[in-house]
Amino acid sequence: MFLIPDPVGRFFHRMASPPHFYALTEKLMPWLVVLFLLLLLPGLYGGLVLAPPDYQQGDSYRIIYIHVPSAWMSLFIYMVMATAGAIGLVWRIKLAEIVAISSASIGASFTFIALVTGSLWGKPMWGTWWVWDARLTSELILLFLYLGVIGLYGAIDDKRTASKAVAILALVGVVNIPIIHYSVEWWNTLHQGPTVTKMDKPSIHVSMLVPLLLMAAAFKLYYVIAMLQRARLELLQRERNAQWVKAMLEKRA
Amino acid sequence: MSLSHAFFAIIRRDLLLALRKRSEIANPLLFFVLVITLFPLGIGARPQLLQAIAPGIIWVSALLAAMLSLDSLFRSDFDDGSLEQIVLSPHPTSVLVLAKIIAHWLVTGLPLLLMAPLLAVFLGMPQSAIGMLLLTLLLGTPVLSLIGAIGVALTVGLRRGGMLLSLLVLPLYVPVLIFAGNAVEMASNGLPVTAQINILMAILLMSLALAPWPTAAALKMSIS
Repeated sequence: MFLIPDPVGRFFHRMASPPHFYALTEKLMPWLVVLFLLLLLPGLYGGLVLAPPDYQQGDSYRIIYIHVPSAWMSLFIYMVMATAGAIGLVWRIKLAEIVAISSASIGASFTFIALVTGSLWGKPMWGTWWVWDARLTSELILLFLYLGVIGLYGAIDDKRTASKAVAILALVGVVNIPIIHYSVEWWNTLHQGPTVTKMDKPSIHVSMLVPLLLMAAAFKLYYVIAMLQRARLELLQRERNAQWVKAMLEKRA
Repeated sequence: MSLSHAFFAIIRRDLLLALRKRSEIANPLLFFVLVITLFPLGIGARPQLLQAIAPGIIWVSALLAAMLSLDSLFRSDFDDGSLEQIVLSPHPTSVLVLAKIIAHWLVTGLPLLLMAPLLAVFLGMPQSAIGMLLLTLLLGTPVLSLIGAIGVALTVGLRRGGMLLSLLVLPLYVPVLIFAGNAVEMASNGLPVTAQINILMAILLMSLALAPWPTAAALKMSIS
């Protein structure tokens, strides 16, 4: 651990202690919600009202303000889940395990939203709800991977063992992430290529890009809020016999 | 006992056990044949259509047969405790697990390969594509055993792991299915398939090198 400076190490050590995590997240929660709303409302207003209609697609392109951030989140959450799972697997940190499993169902929901909004947009634009092209298929497999993680966690009674199993499965599934991300570049698909994260300059006008980035940031915060809420609940359930939970309940009663 | 000695001892033991219990070899094979005969019955005797979807039918059936045979990989060893002995042995578990996977493939994957040409003729596949079908099966079915081993190792301790196993394993099988099915289809249209074969080989080598580790980790988790 000589690579990690002392204060950072101390911070993570404190964060990994359940009572401290529980108290800290409780204090943070209102701030996170305020920040989330501050990003969400301008993002929605800018995307739905201020941004000009597209010269080809008219107003129906506006679904990207939901579709694109949720598609980004579906990949991002999977990486968070796999990383947290790996940390839990190696250092046996209880909180990392809890973060991993709390992320799974949120990630599955975002993947589902990305698929549904994409197909709603595809009907008027491509003339079909669904095509079996690389991006869509690999995103669908991502949904199955999430569902597999959730199913495996539910099937094993001992939750510490279940977290281990889930971490192994999530790490194996990471293989799919680069395939989804690069599918539109590797294969010649119906789904369009990347427009925002290009090396030279985004091929999207700034009046449409700014709300999109605001929405993406808002979705990230939403994920943090939802994940922390689930993690707090999971923590209470796992530690229901611990001294600090009893002490806290008695203090509140 | 040296590592290579233990490796081959496990392969020999598993092959011997399979030979004594022949139903373990026969059942996946019978399943494979039965599923493929169901398609012409369900679709109706339309040779053109059957010929067009033959690569997909054969590969999907092989996938399902491989998945159903997975349960025998660790089940009996888990029940009689020899799995614990493997994990407790001084040799790395991942290498010994690889031996078990190889034996399992020899027992369940290889027979599919031998049966496939007959079924391809059944479905009216052109002669030129049958060689390609065999090549993709040769490269693809070991991957099915290797990836499947991870799923079985995760679920072997559960009482009703069967349905869950398919949920865990089938999504990971999809790349093999896509490239193998595509290669056979291209070959039956007389197009070059070097790219697909190279990718299948890459998948095989990657899973050969990487899959034993998560399998060993999951087995340790399952028996603790």
